[in-house]
Amino acid sequence: MSSDSAADGKFGEYGGQYVPEALMPAIEELRDAYERYVLENEDGFVDEFRERLRQFGGRPTPLQHAEHLSERYGREVYLKREDLVHGGAHKLNNALGQVLLAKYMGKERIVAETGAGQHGTATAMAAAHLDMPCEIYMGETDIGRQRPNVFRMRINGAELNPVTAGRGTLKEAISETMRDWATNVDDTHYVVGSVVGPAPFPEMVREFQSVISEEARKQSEEQFGTLPDSVVACAGGGSNTMGAFARFVDDENVSLLAVEAGGSSLAVDEEEGVAPNSASLSTGGQGVLHGARTKVLQDEWGQIVESHSVSAGLDYAGVGPELAYLVDEDRVGAVNVGDDAALEAFHRLSQEEGIIPALESSHALAYLEEQLGPDADPDEGAREALGDRIVVNLSGRGDKDLETVIEETDKRDIPNAPDMSEFAGGL
Amino acid sequence: MSRLPEAFATDDPAFIPYLAVGDPDIASSKQYVEALVEGGADCIELGLPFSEPIAEGPTIQKAVVRSLSGGITPEAYFEFVEDLDVDVPLVCMTYYNLLFRYGADSGTKAGEGDYEAPGPRPFVKRAAEVGIDGFVIPDLPAEEADDLRAACDEFDLDLVFIVAPTTTEARLDTIREQVSGYVYVQARMGVTGAQADVSDQTAESLARIADWDVPKAVGFGISSGDHAARVVSAGADGIIVGSALVDIIADGVENDRATADVAGDLREKAHELKQGALRGARESPEAEGQ
Repeated sequence: MSSDSAADGKFGEYGGQYVPEALMPAIEELRDAYERYVLENEDGFVDEFRERLRQFGGRPTPLQHAEHLSERYGREVYLKREDLVHGGAHKLNNALGQVLLAKYMGKERIVAETGAGQHGTATAMAAAHLDMPCEIYMGETDIGRQRPNVFRMRINGAELNPVTAGRGTLKEAISETMRDWATNVDDTHYVVGSVVGPAPFPEMVREFQSVISEEARKQSEEQFGTLPDSVVACAGGGSNTMGAFARFVDDENVSLLAVEAGGSSLAVDEEEGVAPNSASLSTGGQGVLHGARTKVLQDEWGQIVESHSVSAGLDYAGVGPELAYLVDEDRVGAVNVGDDAALEAFHRLSQEEGIIPALESSHALAYLEEQLGPDADPDEGAREALGDRIVVNLSGRGDKDLETVIEETDKRDIPNAPDMSEFAGGL
Repeated sequence: MSRLPEAFATDDPAFIPYLAVGDPDIASSKQYVEALVEGGADCIELGLPFSEPIAEGPTIQKAVVRSLSGGITPEAYFEFVEDLDVDVPLVCMTYYNLLFRYGADSGTKAGEGDYEAPGPRPFVKRAAEVGIDGFVIPDLPAEEADDLRAACDEFDLDLVFIVAPTTTEARLDTIREQVSGYVYVQARMGVTGAQADVSDQTAESLARIADWDVPKAVGFGISSGDHAARVVSAGADGIIVGSALVDIIADGVENDRATADVAGDLREKAHELKQGALRGARESPEAEGQ
């Protein structure tokens, strides 16, 4: 594995280490371990990681030609099937990497936060696989809307700690996990779930996830003899985005498009301290949140506002600092789609390709429909950027979202959805 | 001009209480600060609540929520400080994003019109105007503090840093270069919160920085006069107490008590802590040797 970011943990003005003093030594220890084991393959760490990704994780995942979407859009659409990774999402790539690294570091306990529950599930699975005790912090709101993953974490042996502060979502869960880490830093590793947090987390998580673009690049060349014209991925914190983009960043002919959750509106209600979206790349300002300088949804004073998305996995007020940097540098295009469009895309892929996508991934698919669909009101520049061969990173599968989809579809007018009323009241 | 040296000007140990400004409302908060000064405070850490207080335990987290729900903003905070009629140095304790964003435009890119890029200078300038003497920013390690240090130097304010039990020797050097006013010695690992006992770690932590020419104030977990005495007799120049005081305010809110009664309890608690610290100074090995 290689890294092209500066050793100081900065991406232009972004990144850095804004954490309590008590955590600084742990972060230094982690950087040292990351450089030795991950970048230099000390003690064969990378070999073991890759072998476990194959055997336990089920990698490589296919790059599947989506026949019906290709026909619909008049372009060749390929799906990078991260939904087929063990556990049902790309999250395992990072969780397995970090839990294994913690083991190499001699740590004895794992803590993690989770929003949609996919990262918590992946961490619980990786911890069980590698025999490490594991505690997961999850906001109460998210526990309510992501029950299948709550069960999976418990079944894999993780302790689940509900977080009641604030609105009880990912933002609060991250703060609470940082407090745990600050208290137990000697023997505990915090498995950060995305390309966020203090250095070296953003860079390290991107490296663990870059297996996605490494495979996609190779598969593109094997399957159609060249690189894709564009790679499209949904962006919450940005881990599947950076994973899907990392090995294409130097290929200037490949457009990279990060699709954020536009929620119900792009406005911020400062009075209420709420953004009815999670589009920090598109609408956020520079700020410092959870250990890094990045783009953040905040009010005029710098208080972090609550974000919203129909997808719990995208519902976060910040975004990875490297992604913020790549957007400022115009290397990555930041776009967004709303809740309704994402739900439509969810039903479309389910019906047309027989794949139930995560609501997160549905945002990436919805962007294709908005630009290329029969009723599109396209932006010509965007259509051109997408090109003829499009890779969409299908970050995870949608089983975990079924209750949300039933409830949200039932109360909205989603034209292509089946009648959900028969399921209303729960599965 | 910082008045922080005044807090440590005598041989008596300094008692530095912390309160979240606006908890539970501005008017009560003002009375609480005055009560702490009457009870013996030599300096006050005035918390400016931030929505993500990652270094705080449950007690102060809840205070922050109460204060934010009451509508506190950085500007309301500054007005509060300006209106205060107490004669002790004041330290602003908050998180970096509030300093970073104050006075900045909401746009994301520099070079667009009259865009004011984010940075700590406007906040520091305003703080100096209203009579703040220094800052404690728990999520700003010394490595990231150059911009704030420069602003503090420009307006002659102090910048306090925390030394934790885990701080490495190499990092102690970095902190020593940046710190002024006092060094905040974190008595144990974890987040803020009142504890039944204070850590044995304190003496060890103080010994590591004994030759620094800046006063050493110990915080995290001090909740009684006895704790204060022990920490001071271990060599501290001052004690910092937050959660044990915020608990009194929380109790007042939960039981709907009159502000004057809560202020009375705070005065009494402050007195206990200050007297404990003074007792500790008399019992310290240094005092015995005189």
